[in-house]
Amino acid sequence: MPGLSAEDLQALVLSLQVAATATAVALPFALAAAYLLARKSFPGKQLFNGLVHLPLVLPPVVTGYILLLAFGRHGPLGILFADLFGLTFIFRWTGAALAAGVMGFPLMVRAIRLAIEAVDPKLEDAAATLGAARPWVFLTVTLPLILPGILAGAVLGFARGLGEFGATITFVSNIPGQTRTLPLAIYSELQVPGGEPAALRLVIIATVFAMAALMISELVATRVARRIGGA
Amino acid sequence: MTLSVSLAHAFPGFRLDAAFEAPAGLTVLFGRSGSGKTTVVNAVAGLLRPDRGRVTVAGRALCDSATGLWLPPHRRRIGYVFQEGRLFPHMTVRQNLAYGARFAPRGATGADLGPVVELLGIGHLLTRRPGALSGGEKARVAIGRALLSRPELLLMDEPLAALDQARKEEILPYLERLRDETRVPILYVSHSVAEVARLATTLVLMHEGQVERTGPAAEVLADPASAQAIGLAEAGAVIEARVVGEEADGLSVLQTSAGRLYLPRIDAPPGACLRIRIHASDVILSRGAPQGLSALNILPGRVEAVHLGEGPGAIVRLRSGQDVILARLTRRSVVALGLAPGTECHAIVKTVAVARGDVGTA
Repeated sequence: MPGLSAEDLQALVLSLQVAATATAVALPFALAAAYLLARKSFPGKQLFNGLVHLPLVLPPVVTGYILLLAFGRHGPLGILFADLFGLTFIFRWTGAALAAGVMGFPLMVRAIRLAIEAVDPKLEDAAATLGAARPWVFLTVTLPLILPGILAGAVLGFARGLGEFGATITFVSNIPGQTRTLPLAIYSELQVPGGEPAALRLVIIATVFAMAALMISELVATRVARRIGGA
Repeated sequence: MTLSVSLAHAFPGFRLDAAFEAPAGLTVLFGRSGSGKTTVVNAVAGLLRPDRGRVTVAGRALCDSATGLWLPPHRRRIGYVFQEGRLFPHMTVRQNLAYGARFAPRGATGADLGPVVELLGIGHLLTRRPGALSGGEKARVAIGRALLSRPELLLMDEPLAALDQARKEEILPYLERLRDETRVPILYVSHSVAEVARLATTLVLMHEGQVERTGPAAEVLADPASAQAIGLAEAGAVIEARVVGEEADGLSVLQTSAGRLYLPRIDAPPGACLRIRIHASDVILSRGAPQGLSALNILPGRVEAVHLGEGPGAIVRLRSGQDVILARLTRRSVVALGLAPGTECHAIVKTVAVARGDVGTA
């Protein structure tokens, strides 16, 4: 790409990798959480709902610090993941992805939950009377009907991941090639004298990619909606 | 193949306590809204777990609170046609129809796609999606979808209630064919006497959560004591008639066991067997053979029972040949004519009393 330095390209690729990983890993959990919140009643539901939404209302720096405490080298979850899967987060791109995933999680849950609530449970009852067991009902009726919502949630989560700054820099710092995503790269350029042109380039890239993601999702969503709506 | 139902369930402000047997054929659960019909059907389908109860289909128990048996809906092998259709909006008609077949147990016998599509006349809809169907088409696809899951029992919860009269006329013949051509018993919820008269082989009258009367449809309809539950304006007997032919003036001649009836042209070939419904409020009784009347249809008969209601009205049951006719009179007329069991009299039936929508093949 003309006009892009190697560092720019590195930040861009890293951002896409972080946001995509965060979205892919968080999505199944967001689906499960959304289903629980939309369809089940259980003790502590309000508390669960609050926890899910916490990253949305906390200052990102606070979320980043909590992640540092939990997933740091001596944090309980950090030790657990290192022992179980050999997976470490601190100062690595995996940590940036974790921060992006946690920050995007409530957005995904909200979008998917709305979609599930819009599905008439009577359709699921109808599928059951036709002989479909619970998992089949979900796979063949609920899931296809909430696909637009899942898509919307994924795009929101992905965009949030591309833009994540506060939690990332607090949790995994600003390391080129590991944790320096686009927003962190822009911030870094603005810290050095004469960095504005480079920052502006990165700003344009970030805008283009965010817009592209949004438009692709709109396109797919209308297509899916048309398929569901009939005709 | 019989369905046996015995249920008790308490809702806030409503108690259901119902038991009945439904033999092969089409059994109509009849009653006003709120009488518990849908609750019964939902309990049979497994969508509602009753406080107490036992449901068996052809000897197979679906639930039994005494033993704690509770089969979930997907293991009951029941086809449920919902009032609103409940077609899957993201699937084509063909995919909707095929949905249940993959879950039917290996070796399950029942209808195949081809004959069902032909029976319901939905061949031209297969590639469409439910969003592009009319109300009547949706209802037919919903019936086909339930049928193709190869059920041991079909449940229909007012499948025609949301349709206008023309659409009802469109579906009723298919329901009759379903009743006559498949061996699957049908439990059908309705609050329309016209549908009962046309479709029912067995009738279960429900009132405020209780079964008030149950038995062969013609018998229950002909019982003056049922008139209150059915609704006085709707009460009337259903009798069978054979088409004899058509007269030059356009009237069709029908033979009943009681005598001949003349009706405005009926769309059925000579020899066809029809069900005729005669509203009790459209029957006038006369002690002597009436003369100088414009009415064409006069059937002789003998009073079998006089049922006095709480108001000034009365329902008289008349045996005419093998058939039963109900007449709605005032108490005053009953006294004036001296009507009592055994009284010979004539029933004058206004020709217009036999409405087109009430005439169906038996």
